[in-house]
Amino acid sequence: MIAIIKYNAGNIRSVQNALTRLGYESIITDNPEEIQLADKVIFPGVGEASSAMKYLKERNLDELIVSLKQPVLGICLGLQLMCTYSEEGDTKCLGIFDARTKQFPPKEKVPHMGWNNFSELKSSKLFTNIALEDDVYYVHGYYAEVSKNTLATCDYILPFSTVMQQDNFYAMQFHPEKSADVGEQLLNNFLEL
Amino acid sequence: MLKKRIIPCLDIKNGRTVKGVNFIDIKDAGDPVELAKQYVKQGADELVFLDITATLENRKTLVELVKTIAQEINIPFTVGGGISTVEDAVALIQAGADKVSINSSAVKNPQLISDLKNRFGSQFVVVAIDTKNVNGNWKVFTEGGTFETELETVNWAKEVEKLGTGEILLTSMNSDGTKNGFDIEVTKAVSKTVNIPVIASGGAGKVEHFIEVFTKTEASAGLAASIFHFGEIPVPVLKNELKKQNIAIR
Repeated sequence: MIAIIKYNAGNIRSVQNALTRLGYESIITDNPEEIQLADKVIFPGVGEASSAMKYLKERNLDELIVSLKQPVLGICLGLQLMCTYSEEGDTKCLGIFDARTKQFPPKEKVPHMGWNNFSELKSSKLFTNIALEDDVYYVHGYYAEVSKNTLATCDYILPFSTVMQQDNFYAMQFHPEKSADVGEQLLNNFLEL
Repeated sequence: MLKKRIIPCLDIKNGRTVKGVNFIDIKDAGDPVELAKQYVKQGADELVFLDITATLENRKTLVELVKTIAQEINIPFTVGGGISTVEDAVALIQAGADKVSINSSAVKNPQLISDLKNRFGSQFVVVAIDTKNVNGNWKVFTEGGTFETELETVNWAKEVEKLGTGEILLTSMNSDGTKNGFDIEVTKAVSKTVNIPVIASGGAGKVEHFIEVFTKTEASAGLAASIFHFGEIPVPVLKNELKKQNIAIR
């Protein structure tokens, strides 16, 4: 069973729809026991950093997430919340990745919205059948800086972390659930870890 | 590099696709889900569904349709038409729409933009602007293009950006339906003024029109309906031609 962490942001159902298309059963839950017992955990997110952190704290989900031992995948805001700090709402985050989240300087159109390719891909099981020129779908106004946790980068205004990893924790800045075949391949790679 | 997006637009009436379609291997051209899946296969970057009936009794049909679309397709899609309250938007977003597009209701009640932004984030909010050149001034029209407002298009675009919309869908009524090309003048003016993405719409009839709008303006995407539906320019052909011109395309 895959647990998708429920919180008050965005349409997390699209992640569940993607898992169903791939043939995986999943539940959307904020129940600690269900999350702990899941084979894999997905931590999605669209919304604003400080209110999302507040929501997690009120339910003690912040402590629960960092204590998980099974593979965990953060998506979009999920990646940003797994960093140490976000400039969005001056928010202290979960601190899984040693990186901070910053606002894009307005040198190009912001949000970074649409399809973009990778500019660097490190070697990882997560990137089976994935190439540098593959495009994935982004919508975000804040980005995580490049750090030792960076597995892949993307260039928009500047190079930023688009895939990150620390032990069993993985995260993607783009939306694999909305990134056509490439996104499904990436989700499958995570689910097969 | 960030790619320019190609967006087919599907008009929906009572849960069915309206404009004629001649895809070869499609079973039911009136089924928006079937058509959407076809476009995804062809490499469309996003889809827009516009509910042109948008009456109260049809809202439920639309919400059910959005649920099915969200289950079936794996690219982002926007739903527009008849959204006048936060609740209307909530129903569509919860059903799985990635973005909602508002038009007349944003003009009547600009607060709706910031309410939606605060509730969901700006990436969920698309403001559609229908514009027409009236005696040399680009004016904003509402109610499906039948009502001329006092608003100047560039000023209104700035205003909706300030209120928190994530994207602008700009349709030139002068060009719409002509197949003589996107309106370069107004698209250029709006896209260089705002710092959010602008989708150019209205007038696409040839590959050259997309080349023109992507090289002469700062538009992030091009939207069209009939040229795709009638197979006049299949999406893969268009994308290949744009790639040949060194335009960044997925």
